[in-house]
Amino acid sequence: MSTATNDGVKARPLLSLRGINMTFGGVKALKNVSFEVLPGEVHCLAGENGSGKSTLIKVISGVYRPADGAEIVFDGERISHMTPAMAQSRGIQIIWQDLALFPEMSVAENIAFQTLSGSRPRFVNYAAIGEIAAEALARLGVTLDVDRPLKDFAIAQRQIVAIARALVGEARIVFMDEPTASLTQSETDHLLAIVRALSASGIAVVFVSHRLAEVLEISSRITVLRDGALVGVYPVEGMTQSKITELMTGRTFDQNVRARDVSQNPVLLSVSKLSRPGEFEDISFDLRRGETLGITGLLGSGRTELALTLFGMRRPAAGTIVLEGRAMRFASNREAIASGVAYLSEDRLSLGLNQPQSIADNLVMASLNRILSGRLISPDKKRALVARWIADLGIRIGKQDDAISTLSGGNQQRVAIAKWLATDPKVLILDAPTVGVDVGARAGIFEIVARLAETGLAILLISDEVPEVYFNADRIIHMEKGRIAGWHDPRATTLKDLEAAVYA
Amino acid sequence: MRKLFLSHTTEVVLFAVIIAMSIVLGFATDRFFTLGNAFDLLNISAVNIIFAVGLLVVLIAGGIDISFAVAASIVQYVTALALERIGGGGWVSGLLIAACLGIVLGVINAFLIHRFRIISIVATIATFNVYFGLLMFFTKGVSIYNLPDWLTSRVIIYEREMADGSWAEITLPVVVMAVCTFATWLFITRTTTGRQLYAFGDNPEGARRFGINIGAMQFIAFGWLGLMAGIAGLMQAHYAQEVVPNALYGRELDVLAAVVLGGARLGGGKGSVLGCVLGVLLVSITQNGLNLMGVSPFAFKMFVGAIILVAITLSSARIGNLVPVFATRKSTDAQPADRGES
Amino acid sequence: MNALAARFNAIFGADMAGPLAALVAVLIVFGFASPHFLTGATFGSVAFQLPELGVLALAMLMPILTGGLNLAITFTANIAGLTLAWTLQAKGGIDAGPGAFLLGTALALAVGAASGLVMGLVIAFTRAHPILVSLSMMIFLRGLGEFLTRGGDISGFPTFIAPIGHGSILGIPVPLLILIACVIATHILLSRSKLGFSTYMIGSNIESARYSGINTRKVLVLVYMLSGVMAAVAGIIMLARFNSVRVGHGESYLLITVLACFLGGINPFGGFGRVLPVFVALIVLQLLSSGLNLLGANQHLTTAVWGILLIVVMVLRWLSAKFIRSVK
Repeated sequence: MSTATNDGVKARPLLSLRGINMTFGGVKALKNVSFEVLPGEVHCLAGENGSGKSTLIKVISGVYRPADGAEIVFDGERISHMTPAMAQSRGIQIIWQDLALFPEMSVAENIAFQTLSGSRPRFVNYAAIGEIAAEALARLGVTLDVDRPLKDFAIAQRQIVAIARALVGEARIVFMDEPTASLTQSETDHLLAIVRALSASGIAVVFVSHRLAEVLEISSRITVLRDGALVGVYPVEGMTQSKITELMTGRTFDQNVRARDVSQNPVLLSVSKLSRPGEFEDISFDLRRGETLGITGLLGSGRTELALTLFGMRRPAAGTIVLEGRAMRFASNREAIASGVAYLSEDRLSLGLNQPQSIADNLVMASLNRILSGRLISPDKKRALVARWIADLGIRIGKQDDAISTLSGGNQQRVAIAKWLATDPKVLILDAPTVGVDVGARAGIFEIVARLAETGLAILLISDEVPEVYFNADRIIHMEKGRIAGWHDPRATTLKDLEAAVYA
Repeated sequence: MRKLFLSHTTEVVLFAVIIAMSIVLGFATDRFFTLGNAFDLLNISAVNIIFAVGLLVVLIAGGIDISFAVAASIVQYVTALALERIGGGGWVSGLLIAACLGIVLGVINAFLIHRFRIISIVATIATFNVYFGLLMFFTKGVSIYNLPDWLTSRVIIYEREMADGSWAEITLPVVVMAVCTFATWLFITRTTTGRQLYAFGDNPEGARRFGINIGAMQFIAFGWLGLMAGIAGLMQAHYAQEVVPNALYGRELDVLAAVVLGGARLGGGKGSVLGCVLGVLLVSITQNGLNLMGVSPFAFKMFVGAIILVAITLSSARIGNLVPVFATRKSTDAQPADRGES
Repeated sequence: MNALAARFNAIFGADMAGPLAALVAVLIVFGFASPHFLTGATFGSVAFQLPELGVLALAMLMPILTGGLNLAITFTANIAGLTLAWTLQAKGGIDAGPGAFLLGTALALAVGAASGLVMGLVIAFTRAHPILVSLSMMIFLRGLGEFLTRGGDISGFPTFIAPIGHGSILGIPVPLLILIACVIATHILLSRSKLGFSTYMIGSNIESARYSGINTRKVLVLVYMLSGVMAAVAGIIMLARFNSVRVGHGESYLLITVLACFLGGINPFGGFGRVLPVFVALIVLQLLSSGLNLLGANQHLTTAVWGILLIVVMVLRWLSAKFIRSVK
């Protein structure tokens, strides 16, 4: 295994793992994985969902114990059984993907939680905790009211708290699992600056992110995992996004702009001067039959709020929604669904799908009236409806009654799309349809989207991944701070220009 | 002040309600605003407050316990028998026996919950039936009246003769209650173990990743409730001057209602000793006020139930939840769902 | 072995294994322990005792499936019973006619529904925890009942009511027939109706159900109303069995119904569970009671054994889950 650094000098690794195997319920999550981090380096851990990145982090932090034969060496010390307490005392800090914070506790307690952990009971020194928290936040150049409970703060600030927590004590190595997932661009830039500062002060940072541009910008080396196995360790120089994607998926992708001219199609949905103060203002657009209209913009641009308003879950303060020539005032999303509007939620895990329930139940959830016989649900009709959509969208499943959570992200998203198609919609709003979907499976989702557009369905494609919108929409709205900042035609602009406009 | 208000909304609301009720009762009756009545309220509420602060600890740790009141009945009965066996004993031996028994019964719950991964409500409903069934089976429902003299004689800590010749008294249970309340407050707000209980109830997975001993959390929480239940059981026997095996049957739900009314969250991570005490006091003051106003005792519970129902409706209802238009605000107090890969 | 398990699951459902195993175990153990156990007398007593608890368990079942709980069922049953009793008394007491009975029954069911309606509205619109809402409703109803009856009994009903509690049709006790009707109705409601489907979806994730266009508030309100109606049915059966109504009758059933639901494989957090395993679990509990009775134990020992049974079943579930994991 290559461990050569950029300058070719062989430094002693700060952390070195060898022969890591991990099995969950018969599934091998990690297969003989090796991993090394040098002191002070920014190292990227790349891989698709389920490739084993988070599992590896949990092994390093002592949350999981790997199978026998594993070798973990930290700073020259061989550690036979890592525990969370040992990891912390050695300065191994983790910023978890789900943050793993305590919303009801104060910001100070969250940041200085290390002083509260440990099995030996002690009295709490709140003054010291406040100081530790203030100091950690000061290092990040942030001020927060540390006495307020964490739940009072927005997700981006919680992210900051999680970072601050990792910096408390003598951090030697910090793992960041998807730390930018819920940050805006400027917040992300700030975070990247922090990472550089940490690295400069000799703290190693392991960065896990699916945003490949960030990875290339910040790391010196990349370790790629695929299906729980090590693909390789690569210097970042000479790497491109497409090459990393190729390594992560084992496949190559070519993308072409799909945009077509749909200006002759009849208008289906006409939105005029739609406003909800504080969320979005003065939004007007026409959506035509068979059109895929892209909406992009950064977090906080009001995209999702607009979508929820079109879906009847929020009421506009001003403006009109005209669907097929009829003005709509939805009192609830049930009316919107009945009128032919469907909304695929950005949050598939908690809003889009009912994770513990079965594939079949999830698929029919929005169209129960179509499987009734008399007043009762007909099991035969239900089975037939589910089978039809499973076949139609090429969803790979075991049994219809398996829990939806047993499916991969891509297949789950297909079920979610099928759920809405079963309602026979006229307008389909897709809000971040590829979140948590592997790079390899995204193309399949967009093939479905393209096919649906061909059948005359009007599609509103919302995404903060500019390339997705660029390659798959016919026209693009760029939203910023709740307003339409500009219209773009993918055939008349380049991806670079569009990205420059959005991230400006 | 504003900060205090924001971070302790439930306590402030409860306090305001209690003040408002007190003012009304003060005008409606002569006796409400007397020292004697205030002390009576404390004497009456003492046992329930001890139960309540114990239950609070379990709720904070994310559990629930249905069995603690019948556990306290077992403690009373067995302690009474044990004291008889050792020839009477005294407060020290009595409290020691009661505390140990209570802890054992609480720890049984923790064992079932932790060792076999049984959800706390299922485990404690099972032990509720086991404890109560066995107690009634072995005692045949027979009460114990010949308790040791030290246990049945009233211990008056402070007394004062009032203008009308009546005596205002503070009795032993109130002092014990104060000690238990203070100890619980100290434990859950001022020790690292207490803060770990909050963290564990708030986000168990997050606590686990920090290396917090999950098993220890369960044993400590249920052990603490057991301890409080044991002490409360002995205090109730002292107060009632007898041990009736089914006297505390049903008390668990009354206490649970008061604790949750006091702002503790079913599901963990939230709750305060102050809120808990105020919750119990609100119920007691309601009963006390109705009593002073000459309302039939049969109607007490009806009003208490109605008041709790109104109180929770008001405290849980936010404009957003009542008017559907605003109801789509995504809850901000939820952590983003775990997108881990394991 | 695996094929056998798969066949069993296909026919009965995986959640049936625990209750059926317990049923077989109880039949075998008591069959050997007492020569009088496997006789018509045992099953006769079970058939008459089962319905009150059974109908109350059905009243508990649906709220649990939504992720809640209805702790007010026993006192709702009492208040509904009182409603019927007063209607009968107002219409002539012992001499009241069938018309009065029908009117009283309708009023009793309406009272049950009203209690559920209030709880359902509070839970659906304020998102207060169902345990707390139903607990305060329970305290309220108990207080109301005690206030109205001054803690006494109400009795003196026309003779034609007795068969509802004690009569048989074609050798099958009438209360058992009522229970079976309720079980079938609940089963169909939960497995085949839109309301039932929505109940499960709400139980495992209410927000995702709302995003899919399910009227979550309406479902919650209806579920608690149906729970109240079911409790009222239990109240009417109790009135006929005891030939009197007293507030507090059946109070001890409350936590037993929760126990029966858990024993029947209902997920305590909601979203999963079926009626039939709960029905079998109820039969097991009642057979245990009769069997222990034959061996000379009293009701209190039975209560303890019921608790132990729940622990044993939960431990076995834990063991089997562990076993399945290790086999994989």
